[in-house]
Amino acid sequence: MSRYAEKSTAISGVGQSEIYRKPQVLPFELAVRACERAIADAGLKPEDIDGASCWPATPSGSVAGMGAASIPDIVNSLGLKLNWWSGADNAAQLSPIMEAVAAIAAGYATHVLCWRALGERWVPSYGSAAAAAGGNPRMQPSGWMEFLLPYNAPSAAIWCAIHASTHMSRHGITREQMSAIPINQRRNAALNPKAIYRDPITLDDYMSARMVATPFSLLDCDVPCDGTTAVIVSRLDAARDLKSKPVVLEAVGAGAYDRMDSWFARSDYPHMAMHDAARMMWSRTDLKPKDVDSAHLYDGFTWLTMNWLEALGLCGEGESGAFIEGGTRIALDGELPLNTNGGQLSEGRMHGFGHLHEAVLQLRGEAGARQVRRQPKVSVVGNGGGSLGGAVLLRQDM
Amino acid sequence: MLPLITEINQHFWCGGADGRLHILRCATCRTWIHPYAARCPKCRSTEVAPEPVSGRGTVAGFTVNHQPWLKDVPVPYVVAVVELEEQADIRLTTNMPRTPIEAVRVGLPVKVYFEPHGQIFLPLFEAA
Repeated sequence: MSRYAEKSTAISGVGQSEIYRKPQVLPFELAVRACERAIADAGLKPEDIDGASCWPATPSGSVAGMGAASIPDIVNSLGLKLNWWSGADNAAQLSPIMEAVAAIAAGYATHVLCWRALGERWVPSYGSAAAAAGGNPRMQPSGWMEFLLPYNAPSAAIWCAIHASTHMSRHGITREQMSAIPINQRRNAALNPKAIYRDPITLDDYMSARMVATPFSLLDCDVPCDGTTAVIVSRLDAARDLKSKPVVLEAVGAGAYDRMDSWFARSDYPHMAMHDAARMMWSRTDLKPKDVDSAHLYDGFTWLTMNWLEALGLCGEGESGAFIEGGTRIALDGELPLNTNGGQLSEGRMHGFGHLHEAVLQLRGEAGARQVRRQPKVSVVGNGGGSLGGAVLLRQDM
Repeated sequence: MLPLITEINQHFWCGGADGRLHILRCATCRTWIHPYAARCPKCRSTEVAPEPVSGRGTVAGFTVNHQPWLKDVPVPYVVAVVELEEQADIRLTTNMPRTPIEAVRVGLPVKVYFEPHGQIFLPLFEAA
């Protein structure tokens, strides 16, 4: 086994439910479907699954909201027999993947089912009083909300907008440049039958969209939805015997090298935990940013994607505005196809796992009408913003 | 929505009773610390206690929020992050209701004032 355990693991199967903007099917049912599809995609049976991991920690009985499917409820619904399981609030949406790698390396499990289950339309998670209080039953903010709620700042839109204002002002980045992210992603979403929004948008649409929190308008914010993405992380030698082409985990990263939790206390503000995740990821591989054939970067807000481009070294510090300007470089036929499924801005907020799912399809050459013509050999996925950051580098099997 | 006052944040939220802003500081290496930490993150000293600061700083970043997230809170309003002049990485989230929205910019010099709510003295900032 290599010094880095992830290189001996692979994603052996992916599955995704329908994605709904209007509530139609109980989100927990969508989660079960996604898990069944991932198991079938790998050519496995439920009895082959011996590990499970989800994010965030989800109490059993949850059927909607930010975490719509707990590990016990999935186990009971699919009749799984687990050696190991873990659902935890740790380094961002990709944590289950890193947890699975560790469990496989430890010999706890061979095939780990991982999922991210959203039911944010069935039960709205953001903007509600309960969400605003950070889940504190006394309705008084604590934790990272302590310094935000007293100033009527309950939303990540506000926290990210403040970072964006600093970064854009420092580097002269404009909203016109930023528009390339949502416009390009909507163009990609037109080729994705599952995407919630598929009609093209123009620069005029972008500049005239309703403002949410400067510099973010409605078109800079992702779209809450109901839906689940599931993936199976397997030991690489076991994955090679299965139905689908394994996609190897070349490197993972989830560093936390500075002050945590407070969104603004990092010594290198407006950098975020993503910069640490990227640094750790690149430290675990001989591949370089120039080797990346497609990028699937978190877009809860457009600027987060730009910050991820910089954090990963896919462009220079402060150069993301110029890099994406006009959208040519990041288009499906550009030098760095970006968020080829339409991302969370158009497909829906599948919360990072949508990006992971898409990267696997692109590497397998199974992305249909939106397949990058020169099939990617190496793809990067970056998830999270603020204090949460996780990155994985994926590659085709040798 | 006011914060829950605890043993570790009382100096910050209630300290404005004397008209000054109070931030934790390491007595050994003199590093300012915010939010709370039980040891100095620079030198690991245990000698960490609140001290008053000048209350002056600059706007590091801000947003004009237009979305009505919270009922009863009229929009638009500014949410800013202020860097204190004592140490750039002491950054406080705040509102600036006394400063015209169009006057708020990154780099604007600001000073603290307090809005009393019972035992809490909410630190707010305005153009200096």
